[in-house]
Amino acid sequence: MESKIKAKTIVFGNNIDTDVILPGKYLVIVDPYELGKHALESLDTDFVNKAKNGIVLIGGKNFGCGSSREQAPLALKYAGVKCVIAESFARIFYRNSINIGLPVIECKDISTTTKSGDTISVDLTTGKIQNQTNKQTLQGTTLPPFIMEILSDGGLIENLHKKMMNKP
Amino acid sequence: MNITEKILAKASGKKIVHPGEIIDANVDMVMTHDLTGPLAVEAFKKIGSQKVWDNKKIVVILDHQVPAESVKAAELHKTMRDFAKDQKLTIYDVGRGGVCHQVMPEKGHVTPGTVIVGSDSHTCTYGAFGSFATGIGSTEAAAVMATGKIWFKVPPTIKLDIKGKFKNHVYPKDLILNIIGNLGVDGAIYRAAEFTGPTIKAMSIAGRMTLCNMAVEMGAKNGIIAPDQTTTDFLVNRIKKMPNIDKLQSDPDAEYERTVEFDVSKLEPQIACPSSVDNVKPISEIGNIPINQAFIGSCTNGRLEDLQIAAQIIKGKKIKDNVRALIIPASQEVWSQANNEGLLKIFTDAGAIVCGSACGPCLGGHIGLLAAGETCVASSNRNFIGRMGSTQANVYLASPATVAASAIAGRIISPLEAKA
Repeated sequence: MESKIKAKTIVFGNNIDTDVILPGKYLVIVDPYELGKHALESLDTDFVNKAKNGIVLIGGKNFGCGSSREQAPLALKYAGVKCVIAESFARIFYRNSINIGLPVIECKDISTTTKSGDTISVDLTTGKIQNQTNKQTLQGTTLPPFIMEILSDGGLIENLHKKMMNKP
Repeated sequence: MNITEKILAKASGKKIVHPGEIIDANVDMVMTHDLTGPLAVEAFKKIGSQKVWDNKKIVVILDHQVPAESVKAAELHKTMRDFAKDQKLTIYDVGRGGVCHQVMPEKGHVTPGTVIVGSDSHTCTYGAFGSFATGIGSTEAAAVMATGKIWFKVPPTIKLDIKGKFKNHVYPKDLILNIIGNLGVDGAIYRAAEFTGPTIKAMSIAGRMTLCNMAVEMGAKNGIIAPDQTTTDFLVNRIKKMPNIDKLQSDPDAEYERTVEFDVSKLEPQIACPSSVDNVKPISEIGNIPINQAFIGSCTNGRLEDLQIAAQIIKGKKIKDNVRALIIPASQEVWSQANNEGLLKIFTDAGAIVCGSACGPCLGGHIGLLAAGETCVASSNRNFIGRMGSTQANVYLASPATVAASAIAGRIISPLEAKA
């Protein structure tokens, strides 16, 4: 995974729950690309079209609240979301995203200072977020080294697999 | 230390832990089900380990899409059955268990003082028995199945100090809705929520489970209640050995991020209006809301006590025309007890449908979904957009008493109004 991401944004508000990110009726789907086709359709029927070339998703407080379904961050990742920046995350969604290799950054005021369509660049190592449209720079949280390692390996499974294979 | 810190310290081999500290905890029990389990199985295979770390500490429960409503669901169930068989895991298949969070304590998989993780957000329910229990994702569940370990950041704890005696027809569900309404859906984000006080001491296990179950609806990592005689009485014939519960009490000088006090003595029946669990009002303030469906069940309120309360209200009456009433006992054990007590007959005689123990319409997967423009009042835990079917449907959350009274009235009413 690259530590620098640049893409256009799509902005949502507070308390975006995992039921609107991926409704329960789709949880029988196994193929992640198929899941991606239904990402956030309850809030924006055109989201998948807008996201397909790669976007940074912006949220307000408590992003990803509700169900523990890992299919929610999976659907976002396979719909084209490269990174989620929110003011705060619900904890299971936050862990799930890291575990499947979807970068997540907490950043105060991100949802009020960013407009949908702004171009943003993110440095995951430093937490620096630059909005190239309005020229603002914001500081997001950085992740502890062991979590960065999980992300750079592509997710928890890849990380554990690597560790197991390296065991004498 | 408080109870959450004590459990996490023991699980990570430390004498003391502090909020914010990242620990590597040994896990005592893992639960997974039919909707999040298959992803975990796939992930487990990718890790490259042949055997799970401890087959006695992993439980599989089929409860979400049961009995299989589609070929896809049937395939998922088969994946879980095959995995359980290969790895020699305990599995509660269709007709043997019920809703996972009811089955886990009933069948003796929840012990006070232990660390329990489950690939379901309502895993926090087991905090009602004084365990540290929290929801995780599928990939993480696979990692725990392989290693028996998980990292946690020790959460700061919010103490919810509850006093007062409930008025008639007011229940723990009304209290937890009121708490969430006050604190907000992110009011306890990343925190432990510890319920204490005389009201909790006097509360049944069913009520305590309702409180801890919904801790996640305010963002909490775990809900927890210190074990006492009520806990022991419920668990004594279900678990192998009851631990020393004296060691699982928060110290008098334990630290809390904050303490919030609630007095339930004047609390009225509450309702969470669409489409957020903190959009909570006293029922007396919501006006005339006609309903199409009433649902009593789920890991929040599908226990025997809930069905007894509902049956008292419904007995001898009829469900209003144009209303479908769904009663879903949370487990086979609850179903059987309710049947023995004649409760199921009361429901069916009134025109309700009693379904087999499963999650039902709660998560909008299967059984009792809503069409556009329809309204359901439910004893479950979430009212998000599209949660129970159509994105154009409305879900209101309330106590089983309120749902029962509303099913008879054909509109949302308080159980106080039903008695009047």
